[in-house]
Amino acid sequence: MKTAKITPVTVQKVARLARVPLTKTQEKDMTKKIGVTVQYISQLESLPTKDVTETSQVAGLENVYREDEIDTERMFTQEQALANAKRTHNGFFVVDAVFDEK
Amino acid sequence: MLADFSIIELAKKMRSKEISPMDVITEIYETIGKIDKKINAFITLVDKEQALRIAQKRAKTREAARSPLFGLPYVMKDAYVTAGVRTTAASKVLDDFVPPYSATVHRKLEDAGAILIGKMNMDAWGHGASTENTDYGVTKNPWDITRSAGGSGGGPAAAIASRLAIFAIGEDTGGSIRNPAAWCGITGLKVTYGRVSRYGAIAYASSLDSVGPTAKTAEDCAHVLEVIGGKDPYDATSSPQPVVRYSGELQGSIRGKKIAFPKEFFKEGLDGEIRKAIVEARRVFESLGAVVEDVSLPMLEYGVPVYYILAPSETSSNLARYDGIRYGNERELFTQETKRRIMTGTYALSSGYYDAYYKKAQKARSIFIEKYTDILQHFDAILAPVTPGMPPKFGELLDDPVKNMMADLYTVTVNIVGLPSLALACGFGSSGLPIGMQLIGRMFSESTLLALGHNYQKTTPWHKKHPGVLA
Repeated sequence: MKTAKITPVTVQKVARLARVPLTKTQEKDMTKKIGVTVQYISQLESLPTKDVTETSQVAGLENVYREDEIDTERMFTQEQALANAKRTHNGFFVVDAVFDEK
Repeated sequence: MLADFSIIELAKKMRSKEISPMDVITEIYETIGKIDKKINAFITLVDKEQALRIAQKRAKTREAARSPLFGLPYVMKDAYVTAGVRTTAASKVLDDFVPPYSATVHRKLEDAGAILIGKMNMDAWGHGASTENTDYGVTKNPWDITRSAGGSGGGPAAAIASRLAIFAIGEDTGGSIRNPAAWCGITGLKVTYGRVSRYGAIAYASSLDSVGPTAKTAEDCAHVLEVIGGKDPYDATSSPQPVVRYSGELQGSIRGKKIAFPKEFFKEGLDGEIRKAIVEARRVFESLGAVVEDVSLPMLEYGVPVYYILAPSETSSNLARYDGIRYGNERELFTQETKRRIMTGTYALSSGYYDAYYKKAQKARSIFIEKYTDILQHFDAILAPVTPGMPPKFGELLDDPVKNMMADLYTVTVNIVGLPSLALACGFGSSGLPIGMQLIGRMFSESTLLALGHNYQKTTPWHKKHPGVLA
């Protein structure tokens, strides 16, 4: 199994991917603890799984379909949808700009 | 106290007008006022006047045919959205979140006439086994307030043990119903994956999460499961398997039922007093006519690694939705433990590692299913411990990632396979702390497990004892 050592660089990369802001102290603690965890879960390597198929649905259900119809029972009003948002403008959510202005 | 009575006894008393829903609410709030400041089981307590108003409304609309849950106060782990009632998942990320809709389990209980009085403490997002990973202060064990009530559902379990509600709804991803049930000396049912709708349950790990009851007894759990179980069009993974009248199947004799005793679960690493209590429980089952046989259930040691690949991977995906834009706060408010799980999962799913971790774990899952099926073909249930040790002192688990993971050793494989498991008290240690055991059954065999538990509880006193905090 391909298991790399968890370094501060790995932690920084994963933190960025996961959008998890870390302080320097947290980063140090995380490098140690994720390292221990990854080492621990890598024990799985020793389990023979050749010719074994994966299971993703334990109860044996297969594709479950429904009609593609609007369910009015589950619709929010605009006010309900916005009620928990910190920043709104004219009935919309406000998000930070993704692109730099030139 | 009224809260000592079973659900069915309370329902009878209400039907005969011996007591009213208001009497129960009044007593419960009195107990909460005295006890909760000592154990911190609640994150959000519904205003007493509001609960009383609902109780009065229930008192006026009572009909003979109503559900036995009608008029009874209950609590939910704060992992379910409840329209109009703050829902935090024990994280500051959702500190001020008031959901605009309700989980199916909440709606079903409201329809049955039960009265929600609180949202309970837990490890944030279900990430933990001690209710220490919470932003709302730890929940203390009602039997010894210097120790953990277990987790992740420490709040609901501590509340039931302390008689702060008649029943509770927990959520079990790797042991979060069973672990606190064992450490608080009560009864908790992890249902078969899909038995109860997950719609509106704040997802931790979607292929493992299950919604189930926590109560004083197996009998009470049966009554709750009858109400909350069943197919839900809003959860595609909820099962079309018919809901059995679980409470009607409790009384049958367990004579001739076959129980497996897996030796791998009783090896070194298990606390001696826990082993002794479960061996004694084995004798009780035998005296009731059940046949208990030693078996081998190999691969137990792979359970924790598989779980700690699947669960963090799925949680890294599920918690990606918390962006602080539509609701909730910024991601920097995740606790260190939650950040660690998200990042471990992100790492395991990242390019180049998926096959080695997630895919490999899904293969291991198939092998676990095979091993459990081999045994459950010949047995009605498997008798096993819930936790390797007694309730830990605060700080013991949180500071040590491996010890923290090992607390889940006996519970996680059940989630990996999707089986039901009933955890219930089976004694006390020399320090006065409760000990739990679990009965693991075939897919959708909740009625068998509840009948075994009920028969056991008819002949044993453990579930009737009051914790120290109530004295």
